[in-house]
Amino acid sequence: MSINYVLPLFDVLRDPARCIKCRVCERQCANGVHSYDHELNLMLADEAKCVNCQRCVTLCPTRALAIRESENKMRANANWRESLIREIYKQADSGGVLLSSMGNPEDMPVYFDKILINASQVTNPSIDPLREPMETRVFLGKKNTPIKRTPDGRIIPETEPQLELSMPMMFSAMSYGSISYNAHESLARAAEELGILYNTGEGGLHQDFYKYSANTIVQVASGRFGVHKAYLEAGAAIEIKMGQGAKPGIGGHLPGSKITSDVSRARMIPEGTDAISPAPHHDIYSIEDLRQLVFSLKEATEYKKPVIVKVAAVHNIAAIASGIARSGADIIAIDGFRGGTGAAPTRTRDNVGIPIELALASVDSRLRDEGIRDHVSIVVGGSIRSSADVVKAIALGADACYIATAALLALGCHLCRSCQTGRCNWGIATQDPELTKRLNPDIGYRRLVNLMTAWNHEIMELMGGMGINSIEALKGNRLMLRGVGLNEKELEILGIKHAGE
Amino acid sequence: MLVNNAMKRIYVNKKWCLGCRLCEYNCTYANSGAMNIITALKDKPLRSRIKVEEYDGDTLPLSCRHCEEPICVKSCIAGALSKVGGVIKINHNKCVGCCTCISVCPYGAIMHGEDGVMRKCELCIDNAFGAPACVAGCPNGAIVYEERD
Repeated sequence: MSINYVLPLFDVLRDPARCIKCRVCERQCANGVHSYDHELNLMLADEAKCVNCQRCVTLCPTRALAIRESENKMRANANWRESLIREIYKQADSGGVLLSSMGNPEDMPVYFDKILINASQVTNPSIDPLREPMETRVFLGKKNTPIKRTPDGRIIPETEPQLELSMPMMFSAMSYGSISYNAHESLARAAEELGILYNTGEGGLHQDFYKYSANTIVQVASGRFGVHKAYLEAGAAIEIKMGQGAKPGIGGHLPGSKITSDVSRARMIPEGTDAISPAPHHDIYSIEDLRQLVFSLKEATEYKKPVIVKVAAVHNIAAIASGIARSGADIIAIDGFRGGTGAAPTRTRDNVGIPIELALASVDSRLRDEGIRDHVSIVVGGSIRSSADVVKAIALGADACYIATAALLALGCHLCRSCQTGRCNWGIATQDPELTKRLNPDIGYRRLVNLMTAWNHEIMELMGGMGINSIEALKGNRLMLRGVGLNEKELEILGIKHAGE
Repeated sequence: MLVNNAMKRIYVNKKWCLGCRLCEYNCTYANSGAMNIITALKDKPLRSRIKVEEYDGDTLPLSCRHCEEPICVKSCIAGALSKVGGVIKINHNKCVGCCTCISVCPYGAIMHGEDGVMRKCELCIDNAFGAPACVAGCPNGAIVYEERD
């Protein structure tokens, strides 16, 4: 192909009055955008390589750099948007499936933004969380219904295994391989300090991280990579991953270039081979099959650990969740269509699945209607962007939220959505030692702890404003929510009233 | 070369050094007296007191260790180098530019200055920064300023 139809997306703007030619940008760009020309004594840029990750802009000591969307535009067309045309050029060039990473960036409704939270005024007192007790601790797992008592009336406190979280948030699954060792260490250490859990994803567990086992969820996915007895025993809980919000219905593919020696050991596959997770679990074609795996895992770990079943939010999610609740699983994790990924086919990421808000509301309603809501806890993910989203999700019926993209942002991710290239300039989605060292876990874990602590403070403030002093009292409390600009059907599914009602 | 444990020093966690060299630029700025980093460095040579050494792909920023028994102070023929509160300082008015200190420093931490006299790290104590600028500007926590046993 002689002509490259795919023109640069970005312009690299360099203010010559500010540039001191220190070449920090050049040293920090893994994509080779910046270079220094000795003859001209000038910094040059090849913007075609730029992914707008903002690394150079952030590190430039004189603020001489800015990345802008290219001013070069094709003729405007509301039907044939330029992004579509670019994709056609790419596919005409490569003949391949388009790949993308991180969550669906398309302009689709974000229901969290159309939901407002209540507050106490006059007739009921609000609570100041700085002066009065406020409980954000949650327990995940099967709850006893009805409560069992001894003949003399004492409550029998035996329950199925529970996970205790100091706040209603956990870090969701990101495998070692898709993200770096240092990113994993940051997550594990932060989870330990915060009293929450992080999740191995389908990548096995690096030997160095077994010491964080009390704060680890170990995942069993369709490729069964890295699953062995010690791995299962290392987790505080075991998660069966049936699906992922960013790519419902399809498996995973970690390219051989990312299977470095440590990753290959953790995954138990040869170095340099592609790690391909099948689309389905080939031993699970029904709820009955799922039940077998749930109980195999429970049997293997002596019924001491809760089992989570994670599914993507899809059209029949309520019926699917009902099945999972009856499969013996202790926790259902639902991942919305905006959930992130290290790599997914673009068409799947942008067109498959449903919003987490609707999925959560319909699952919670369905399980209540069927009288089995207490059989399982519900954890939701797939773009929980702030503490307000957490509060809204809990009021819609969630027990806790899974957080990943926000955690990566705390670690330095700038959402350039180029994880699939393995050249992450922030040292997160890469296995290149020159790049992974850019994420110092001493800094990274502290930033994660800060973020979660800040969110937890905000959750307490919002709860206090409503006059609520525990997560338990907020859970499923949809009267605390009102919709704005939503139609009757949307309000009906969300189970909330319109603002003003 | 025993170290005095009772003071904060600049240490480098080599594992986290990215070789970006921001420390060299921040050092030059901090000791330039200029109002901003652009004035300090625009079309001007780098005059840092910390130097990122490169060997076989590894990078390591080096600056004065403020030795317990500083051989540079002993060797200075002009009495320009002295130890004040644990920090080895240079008196630019006394320095005669003989370069003896450069040749004896085992760390290569003393450099030629712009005015014929030597320059070296004085922990930014006397400049407008008040604390090491290389540490404050290190993007990855590779350079730290702390007391160690």
